[in-house]
Amino acid sequence: MTATIITITSGKGGVGKTTATANIGAALASMGRRVVCIDADIGLRNLDVVMGLENRIVYDLVDIVEGRAKLRQAMIKDKRIPELYLIPAAQTRDKTAVSPGDMIRLGDELREEFDYVLIDSPAGIERGFRNAIAPADVVLIVTNPEVSSVRDADRIIGLIEAESKGPGKLIVNRIKPEMVKRGDMLDTVDILDVLAIDLIGVVPEDEGVVVASNQGNPVSQNKDSRAGRAFHNIARRLEGEDVPFETLEAGDGFFGKLSRLMRPGGQA
Amino acid sequence: MSFLRRLVGGPDRSASAAKERLQLVLVHDRADLTQAELADLKDEIIEVISRYVAIDRGGVEIALTNDRYEQRLVADIPLAQSRQRR
Repeated sequence: MTATIITITSGKGGVGKTTATANIGAALASMGRRVVCIDADIGLRNLDVVMGLENRIVYDLVDIVEGRAKLRQAMIKDKRIPELYLIPAAQTRDKTAVSPGDMIRLGDELREEFDYVLIDSPAGIERGFRNAIAPADVVLIVTNPEVSSVRDADRIIGLIEAESKGPGKLIVNRIKPEMVKRGDMLDTVDILDVLAIDLIGVVPEDEGVVVASNQGNPVSQNKDSRAGRAFHNIARRLEGEDVPFETLEAGDGFFGKLSRLMRPGGQA
Repeated sequence: MSFLRRLVGGPDRSASAAKERLQLVLVHDRADLTQAELADLKDEIIEVISRYVAIDRGGVEIALTNDRYEQRLVADIPLAQSRQRR
């Protein structure tokens, strides 16, 4: 096996990096892939609770890097999905406990055993972010349809390109079709126009995400959830499938038809 | 699209304001050139060009523009009305 290492990052905090990591990881694993998710947010561990594995942590990322635990001891196997694993972040240390070189070595070791290594990056552009992108083959940038979040995404795109990890692919998360429809929220087309980057997913705002994270279940396992389906489609696109983008604002009403007409290269 | 939306949807909606503000802030972020620095740049350009040719100082416009792939510093410098027209 030679894993693809995918880092999920954003610049701005709170846009849904951890949710995206947990759900894309679960979706890939449910498609039969061998997946490990790494929480690179040292000191602010959270991927464990979103995945519902917080009670099983014995060792963490820093224990592996500092040689106190072997990889196999620190990897936590998911409860429901076979072939899904988590390497949790340390909670009592800080970002300086791990270096970009450590992450590259860890990534190389994991490459042998997995199809995908997903790294949940911390917010910001400092050491934690550098650690998270160091081993990446592919970088996914999560943004919300808001000015502050898109601005930070632009900065991240620049930094990723400077590290020759670019250009990355964009996930627009928490879009509200109703607000887009009435012109009170940036549409995906607007964001792509401003950022000049390829899109890999559009995830609608969905209360199901909160419910799922309350329970520690990945929403991508819930076929009735719109966000869940969107995350599942991102996984399929990562697998190379040509999955059409969900036309959230389209499909009904005047603006839906209009937006399809107006989309460059789109079909009316 | 936003234009059409505005046309049909009545008053200006906030998404088009968001996009315009975003484009302006990003053009300065990417060039690492603040509005204040750009104003200084403009003053210096006026000073230099005035040494060679009379210009309409009030009409000078210097702006950063960008499309998806490149950024430009665009200067529009009107010359002063010449009294010796042919």
